[in-house]
This record gives sequence, structure tokens and C-alpha cells, in this order.
Amino acid sequence: MMKKLVYSVIGITLSGGIAMADDVKIGILMGFTGPIESLAPDIAAGGELAISEVSDSGLLLGGHSVVAVRGDSTCVDAAAATAAAERLITSDGVAAINGANCSGVTTAVLNNVALPNGVVMISPSATTPALSTAEDNGLFFRTAPSDARQGQVMASILGNRSIKSVAVTYTNNDYGKGLADSFQSSYSAAGGEITASVSHEDGKADYSAEVATLASAGGEVLVVIGYLDQGGKGIIQASLDNGAFDAFMLPDGMLGESLTDAFGTDINGSFGTRPGSDSPGANMLSDLAGSSFNASGPYAGESYDASALILLAMQSAGSTKSADFKSHVEKVANAPGEKIYPGELAKALRIIADGGEIDYVGASAVELIGSGESAGSYFEMEVKNGKFEKVSNH
Amino acid sequence: MDFLSAIVLFSNFVIIPATTYGAQLALGALGITVIYSILRFANFAHSELMSWGAMLTLFLTWYFQSVGINAGPLPTALLALPAGILGAMIMALATERIVYRFYRRQRAGSITFAIVSVGVMFVMAGLTRLMIGPDEQVMADGQRFLIRAIEFKRMTGLNEGLAIKTTQVITIVVAGALAGALFWFLYRTRSGKAMRAFSDNEDLALLSGINPDRIVAMAWILAAVLATLSGTLYGLDKSYKPFVFMQLLLPIFASAIVGGIGQPVGAILGGFVIAYSEVLLTYAYKKFATYLIPGDWVPEGLLQLLSTNYKFAISFIILVVVLLVRPTGIIRGKVL
Repeated sequence: MMKKLVYSVIGITLSGGIAMADDVKIGILMGFTGPIESLAPDIAAGGELAISEVSDSGLLLGGHSVVAVRGDSTCVDAAAATAAAERLITSDGVAAINGANCSGVTTAVLNNVALPNGVVMISPSATTPALSTAEDNGLFFRTAPSDARQGQVMASILGNRSIKSVAVTYTNNDYGKGLADSFQSSYSAAGGEITASVSHEDGKADYSAEVATLASAGGEVLVVIGYLDQGGKGIIQASLDNGAFDAFMLPDGMLGESLTDAFGTDINGSFGTRPGSDSPGANMLSDLAGSSFNASGPYAGESYDASALILLAMQSAGSTKSADFKSHVEKVANAPGEKIYPGELAKALRIIADGGEIDYVGASAVELIGSGESAGSYFEMEVKNGKFEKVSNH
Repeated sequence: MDFLSAIVLFSNFVIIPATTYGAQLALGALGITVIYSILRFANFAHSELMSWGAMLTLFLTWYFQSVGINAGPLPTALLALPAGILGAMIMALATERIVYRFYRRQRAGSITFAIVSVGVMFVMAGLTRLMIGPDEQVMADGQRFLIRAIEFKRMTGLNEGLAIKTTQVITIVVAGALAGALFWFLYRTRSGKAMRAFSDNEDLALLSGINPDRIVAMAWILAAVLATLSGTLYGLDKSYKPFVFMQLLLPIFASAIVGGIGQPVGAILGGFVIAYSEVLLTYAYKKFATYLIPGDWVPEGLLQLLSTNYKFAISFIILVVVLLVRPTGIIRGKVL
């Protein structure tokens, strides 16, 4: 019995070793257990789909096959995620990591494993603004937009509408404060005036005191960074009641049917931002995935894009070493070049091999900005006749 | 210089909301005071009795709305109030019978009673949330505004609008009428005089043949009426949320104590003192100042004494200061 076990272990190890010879390995480090365990399988499947697509094409660096190796990042346990990443790099020998999922463990893996080992890491779903400024030696990218991005989009929408001064109220938590900070810095930098910034607590029956302060400060529009079924709604109700404001700017937490159901035409002309894009990439990925997994689930498309960017960057650099291809990630992701959508990875590999340039669009309309994070696409929505309607894309 | 606009602005954001809020607090504080005068304990369950009565009113309002009964421009909830009051009375008398009577027979101290009432508060809060759920409910219907801010601006041509909600007028009118009725009852009727006698000196009242069980029952009935009305008015004017009433407990108690515990006039006075302090201290006077001070002299800041986040702290601070400096309250009442 013991002998058999030893033989089989040796056998497995050997076969693994043999395969490793010209296989490129990509780590899929996702939260398979923990708070997002229901989302992780689809996210991982998205990443693995791109890997098998490239592998099947036989075009990567003159015919390397690519293998995905899974690791569990748990989403919340930094120590477990670090150990899993360590295992992927030192024992499995992955060339790059698609992951991790949640902001906290992603930061831990980046600092403790990816950075010391010099391995490229692309997260499909970590959105904290803190990662934008994290020390990464050019190794860390993400195909999900930073929460800070929405603040910039909001500021540019106000700029397009020639709105020069606004009052801001935000729900008193990390989301509200983070978004309010990023919005205020972008808007002030663009020359807009913030007349007042007042926090509000959710779960109160009356917001007239907060609104009185905001009204005294004035402003053309009230920016309500909150939740539509909570304090945000109360703020709008109180503003309409005492005539303080009649137009509101509503970021993602405030955009929902229940708001227009409650106020209808009273908030006509209010506008806001909602994540999403008209890019055909998302539908193309769904067609490609068929019934094997839910490609329209949260961050499944971003994960496909993360794997694709890693492999296309390798092709562009002509090397599977992180140090060589890390500088090529932004090159393949951004213009100029031929636009590449899901299912066209073979075409992309060929173009790069022939010395051409590509602009990877993928499932989530990837455009890497700043320190290598997705620009993020937002719809500008406006309330017309008591209903939210799409106005434009940002 | 634009005195009219300044006055309108001040009315819109300070006077009207503070007066409405003061009336709601005053009714709540009256309920606390009635129970304190007769049973001599701080009834922490009063805010949940408000929630309970308002919830029953809301249930009947929904029924009326579904069968098409309404009160025209007035909120339908006003029609449903009598049933809500009845339900609150049953609840109040039931807690008296099941819980408080036991401790009364034992002649338990006022601290024991107060702690018992905290228990009653939690049970009542749980019951309410079981029945209606934790979510916000819209109570008001009918005509929402007496004057809209935009219409006011058009009518007067001023820079500032004045909005008066129907519910604000109803709150002030009902609170005034109810306070008047309460004083008439306490000072003009036989039962009211018996209650005051009982409150003044329990032993003497008993000697004169006043039935204590009857007095106690009347106190609970009065408390239930006051609680249902204040709860419903608060829900109409703002919105009905079961979790909010526990937050209301502090300003209501502060009102009762600041005014003078056990003094009905004091409770009303206290309600307005607390409400005006909360609103005046957290209001940003910047815009008000721009109408009164020549342009260049207007300061940059918001001219706000305290952030609105400290609204609840204000009633707490006033409470502490009053207890330290003048424990009897504005109108000399009993000491807790």
C-alpha cells in the first residue's frame, strides 16, 4: 500500500516535471473558499478560457502550450493567500499570476510574494484605490477599475455640463469617504468649487439638518454619494421638500429603479454614473463560453482579459520571464494597433509574431492607465421623464 | 442687504422644521411626564409605544388605501389614528397588567421600574419589527405641500423659497390641540384632579378614597394617546422606521428633564428648547449672513457651530448641563 502510494507520487511528480519542459504555467489565484466562493469558479473559468484558447492555437512563442494552475486566495485570509501564491511560484513555477480577487489579500500577495519573486500579477477584481499607489516595480496590473476612477469620471461629467460649483454629501463609510475624496480632488483640480462636504449617517428618519447645511453652502448640483435605499434617498427627499436642490449627481450606489419609483419626474435632469460599456466584447465572451460557465458574472470578463494580457505580453516580448514582458502589458492593452476581442487571441498572437501592433479590448473594454489599471467604463445616465436613460459612455 | 430673503431663508430651514420637531418632542415628553408623575419612574419603553401605535395606524392606513378610503388633501393616517390609539392603549394596559402591576404590588423602587421598562422596550421593539419589518415605510399621502418652495418664489419674487408641508401644519395643530385637551383634563375634570392629587401625595389621595388602580390605568391610557399621536406625527412628517424610535428616546427624555420632570408645561417647553438648540447649533449661517452683511465681509466658512453629526450630542450635553446646574429643570419639577 505504502509502496504504491510512493510510486504514484513519484509518477505524478515526474509526469509533471516532464510536461513542465516547454509548458508555460499561469497561476489562477482566486477566492475559491470564503466570502466570494460562489463567484470564484466563474472568474477562474474566464481566466482559464483565455489560457486554453492561446494553448490550442499553438502560436505562443513558436508553439508553447499553456497550463493553468489553481491556487486558493480565500479573499480574506492574507496568510493563506500568501502561502498559496508562494506555492504557485516556487513549487509550480508559474510565469505569472492571474489574481488575486479581493483588495486586502491582493495587496498582501503583491508585497510578500509577487514583488520579492519578481512575478507579474494581474488582478481581475481588486478595486481599492490604495493599490494604485502601491510599490510594484511595474509588476502589478489590474483589469478592474479603481474606485478612484469613478470620481474622475464624475468630475469630467460635471465639467462637460459646465457646472462650476457643487455641494457634496457622502455616506459615512469607506465607500462613501473614498469616492468623495477622489471626486473632490479631481473636481477641484479641474477648477470646480466644492461649497461644502457633509457626511450623513444611514438609517435616520430625517436629514433636514444635513440638507440645511448644504443649502446654506449653495451649489448648482448636490452630489449624493450614498445608497439609494438608505440615507441617500432621505437626503434627496429633504432637499426636494424644502426646495434646497432640484438636481442631483448620483454615482453607482444611487442609480436604481427604486429611486425613480420614489421621486419620478421630481428629479428630472439629475444625472449619474453606472459601471459598464457598450463594447461588444462582453457578448462575444458569453458566446465563446457557451454553457460552460457564466461569462457575464462579476469579473469573469476581467479575468479572461487578465490571462489574455499576460500571454499577449509574453508574445510581444518574446519571453516568458516577468522581467522581460512586464513592460509589454500596457503596450498590448492600449492603442495603437488592431482591436482584439474575445475569441481573437490566435489572430492577435499572429499579428504580434508578424511584427504588428494590437490594441487589446477584450471582454471588459480594457484600457490601462496610470500605474497599470483598467480605466473603467461608465455610462452617463440621466433622469428623463422619471426614468434613468443612458446618455453617453465614459 | 435683503432682510426679507434672510427671514424667509431662516424660516424655511430653522423656524418651521424646529417648531415641528419641537412639537413632536413635546408630545413624547408629555407622555414620559404623565407616567413619571403617577408611577414615579422613567419609562424607557415610551418611544417603542410610539412606534407600536404608529405601526398600527400605518396598517389601517394601508387597508384604507387599498379599499379607496381617503381624507382628501389630508393624510389617510389621520382617519386610522383612533384605531392606532386603541391598539396602543391595549398594549399599554396589557404591559401594566402583566408586568408593572407585579412590581407595583411589591412596592419596587423607581430604579427597578426603570430597568423593567427597558426590558419592556426591547420586547415591544422586537414585536414591532416582527410585524412590520425593519424597513422604512412611507406614511404620508394626500397633498404633500401647503406651499412649495418654487411657488413661493414665484408668488413673492424673492430669492428664497419657503416650503410648508401639510404634515408640518398638522403636527403643530394637533400637538397644540392635544396639549390643550390634556391641560383641560388635568385641571378641569374630576378624574384629572384625582390624578394630580395622586401625583402630589399618594397616601393622602388614597385616604380620600381615590382608587389607585384606576389612576394608574388612566395614566397609561393618556400615555398611549400621546405616544400614538407623537409617533404617527413623526412618521408622517419624516418617515416611519422602526429603528428610529430608539434614537428619539434621548431627545425626548432630555426635553422632559430640561423642562422639569413631572411638569406638563415643562415638557412642552423642554421639547422646544431641545429642538431649537439642535437646529440652531447645527445650522450653517453662511447664506443667512450673505443677505445681511455686505458682500466683501461675508466670511469664507460655513458659519456653522457644530457639524450636523453632533445633532444628538446636543440634547445629551444640554441634559448633562441641566442635571448639574439645575436638576429640577426650567420649571421646578421633581428630581429624578
